Amino acid sequence: MNQSAPDPAPVLALKGVSKSFGAVRALQDVSLQLFPGEAHALAGENGAGKSTLIKALAGVHRPDSGEVLLDGEPVVFHGPADARDAGIAVIYQEPTLFPDLSIAENIFMGRQPRRALGRIDRKAVHATTAGLMRRLGVDLSPDRPARGLSIADQQIVEIAKALSFDARVLIMDEPTAALTGSETARLFSVVQTLRAEGAAVLFISHRLDEIFELCQRVTTLRDGRWISSEPLEELTEDDLVRRMVGRDLDDLYPKQEAEVGEVALSVHRLTREGVFRDVSFDVRRGEIVALAGLVGAGRTEVAQAVFGVDRADAGEVKVGGTVLRPGSPTAAMAAGLALVPEDRRQRGLVMDLSIERNIGLTGLDEVRKRGLVSRALEHDRAADWAVRLQLKYNRLADSVGVLSGGNQQKVVLAKWLATGPAVLIVDEPTRGIDVGTKAEVHRLLSSLAADGLAVLMISSDLPEVIGMADRVLVMHEGRLVAEIPRASATEESVMAAATGRNERAAA
Amino acid sequence: MTTTIESPPDTAKAPQRSASSLVDAVFRAREISIAGALVLLILGTYLANPLFLSDQGVKDLLLNASILVLLAVGQSAVVITRNIDLSVGSVVGLSAFACGKFVAGTDHGVLTVMLLGIAIGVVCGLVSGALVSFGRVPALVVTLGMLYIIQGIDYWWAQGEQISASDVPDAVLGLGSGSLLGVPYLPLISLVLLAATAYFLRSYRSGRELYAIGSSPEAARLAGIPIRRRVLAAYAFSGAVAGFAGALWLARFGTVVADNAHGWELTVVSAVVVGGVAITGGTGTVWGAALGALLLTTIGSVLVVLKVDSFWQGAITGALLLLAISVDRIVNLRMTAALRKRSARHDHGA
Repeated sequence: MNQSAPDPAPVLALKGVSKSFGAVRALQDVSLQLFPGEAHALAGENGAGKSTLIKALAGVHRPDSGEVLLDGEPVVFHGPADARDAGIAVIYQEPTLFPDLSIAENIFMGRQPRRALGRIDRKAVHATTAGLMRRLGVDLSPDRPARGLSIADQQIVEIAKALSFDARVLIMDEPTAALTGSETARLFSVVQTLRAEGAAVLFISHRLDEIFELCQRVTTLRDGRWISSEPLEELTEDDLVRRMVGRDLDDLYPKQEAEVGEVALSVHRLTREGVFRDVSFDVRRGEIVALAGLVGAGRTEVAQAVFGVDRADAGEVKVGGTVLRPGSPTAAMAAGLALVPEDRRQRGLVMDLSIERNIGLTGLDEVRKRGLVSRALEHDRAADWAVRLQLKYNRLADSVGVLSGGNQQKVVLAKWLATGPAVLIVDEPTRGIDVGTKAEVHRLLSSLAADGLAVLMISSDLPEVIGMADRVLVMHEGRLVAEIPRASATEESVMAAATGRNERAAA
Repeated sequence: MTTTIESPPDTAKAPQRSASSLVDAVFRAREISIAGALVLLILGTYLANPLFLSDQGVKDLLLNASILVLLAVGQSAVVITRNIDLSVGSVVGLSAFACGKFVAGTDHGVLTVMLLGIAIGVVCGLVSGALVSFGRVPALVVTLGMLYIIQGIDYWWAQGEQISASDVPDAVLGLGSGSLLGVPYLPLISLVLLAATAYFLRSYRSGRELYAIGSSPEAARLAGIPIRRRVLAAYAFSGAVAGFAGALWLARFGTVVADNAHGWELTVVSAVVVGGVAITGGTGTVWGAALGALLLTTIGSVLVVLKVDSFWQGAITGALLLLAISVDRIVNLRMTAALRKRSARHDHGA
């Protein structure tokens, strides 16, 4: 299909919109036009105002000044229901469903078809949902509760919701962050269908390749201000990154050459029944080893078993030559292991505690004076790490919840680096982090490796895996199926192994 | 792809039926097991003492349960939204005393007294509800405060005074003692309210929205549900039911003092939770809550019949409560795991 110039009448537009939260100016004089039948990307670093912009369109936030235009007419959304009634559907990064209610109820909540006396027409709800599932080509029962659905299926439910009220505008906030390749492909084909039917799509992603694959135009925000709106055809990835960060990124993957030393972490035939089997690998000092694979391949589970959070059924873990006591994170820490978990909000940080207290958590022994935790020592230690990691913060006593995603990740890193580990395991270190901070995290990992740290990096971000790793280990359905050296690691070779298309490749 | 097109009816139906029937089965299982426990309890006690199921015995059982069932229905509406109303016991007390004071020595009709009771309850419910929904104060604290405030007002007003049955008009007392075709009025009233509430919660948008709010407040907000109004309404309903129960208390016993229904709030919450309404909101039915209330009342009566010391009643209620919560937790985990497996399997098939 040849995309001609967009229809001259935008279905939804923002004109000179500003929004502040207290002293923070989240949006300043931002404009955006969405045309029917186009997929429009919204690009910008974390904290650039993308989420605020979406929430203004979705009726969650009311702009302080400026207008929202629907079909050229100014409208005021008093709440999410108003935006929905105007045909605007929003799919958030982590879909918010009612876990206890059925898929059908989730889709029609608040606007169920009714029969006489205002009673809900259950049959119609069920039948319409079944029809929507068929149209989306998924095999999900309308009566099944939303509890336990995969993120991809939860998004399907959200999309079904959008279809059910014939949404004219579909807004997607990082929908692919937690999806596998095939799930992303399924999502994109649904989006293309909607677009062909004349819907406008606003798409947010940190993955630039996806933006170029799916969208025709892009609007870039930086620090809450509008930077540009232009066709993607005329742009390269570098152009886009430059608009987002306002400077040239020297290199997104600043891999330093490091001297590879002796084996620091050795995992031998580690098995956890029904989760992963017979996993063996070594990580040497100075090396960054990536653990790649699809979501659900068992990578995080291996990391947890290595660290002792979960108990392995068989196999052993050696750090610096000594065998770790299984199932004991304390022993793992004492031996010099550190694990930066995937879900920083749930597992990496105590969101309500201050930055300094979070950093201090792993080393309470070291900030102790006469048996009590010394706040001064804790503060000094945190201040030291904040400088070393270039943390952007207001005061160290602020709760970590107010930091941006990238800075929160730095706090988690600081917390673990403060233990002086010999082996660092990082699980999805840059998920949901903006390009600028991402490069900083990469530079940090690289320099840590250069200083002799052994790094095991779990990542679903293929360019990151290829760009950062000395070796790539690939897992598929609970088994280690390939080990690819840096020289021959390509997105294709890693994907082929991750999807199980070849058996154990070159060792 | 091809398989789903070629054989849609079979492949599509099989997982559908199994997934939904699993969930159905779990919920029905809760109600059936409580009903089963009830039957066993009643049967066992009957064998020990046949008088337990005499006409009068059954009547007493139903009368005793009626007010607790009513309160459990009101409480369910609040608990489903992931809130709690601890003030119901004191609202019953205040309403009963106020109604008694109002009718003492007069010949006011039944309807007037009931409306007065409901009105008192609604006012109390609205105050709690407004503080919880608009004031955003945690429900536990608000309703605990309300419990003491209402109790205080009641004591101050009563000053040790007692209203005795001889002061209450016969028409009012008739509601408490009369019956229709041998079934006392009180259980009938409870049953009607129970059925109506169950139907409303199941078949009306605003009813489903209470479940939605309890299941995920954040999702409810994004779905455009007027959360504060719904929560306020749930409290008003719970208050109204408690006020109504107070008026019925007067009709049933005639004699009222300041601390009627003292401590009932905890029994009501226990009944609701034992009956399968999750304390974390979003699931459960008023039928289950009513069965829970019936079970707790029956245990109380059985202990009297079997001449067991009454302090055992508290211990048994507590044990049941812990059992119910443990079962909820286990079932919840198991079901999540089962549903996850199921979606994993269908992903593989697709």
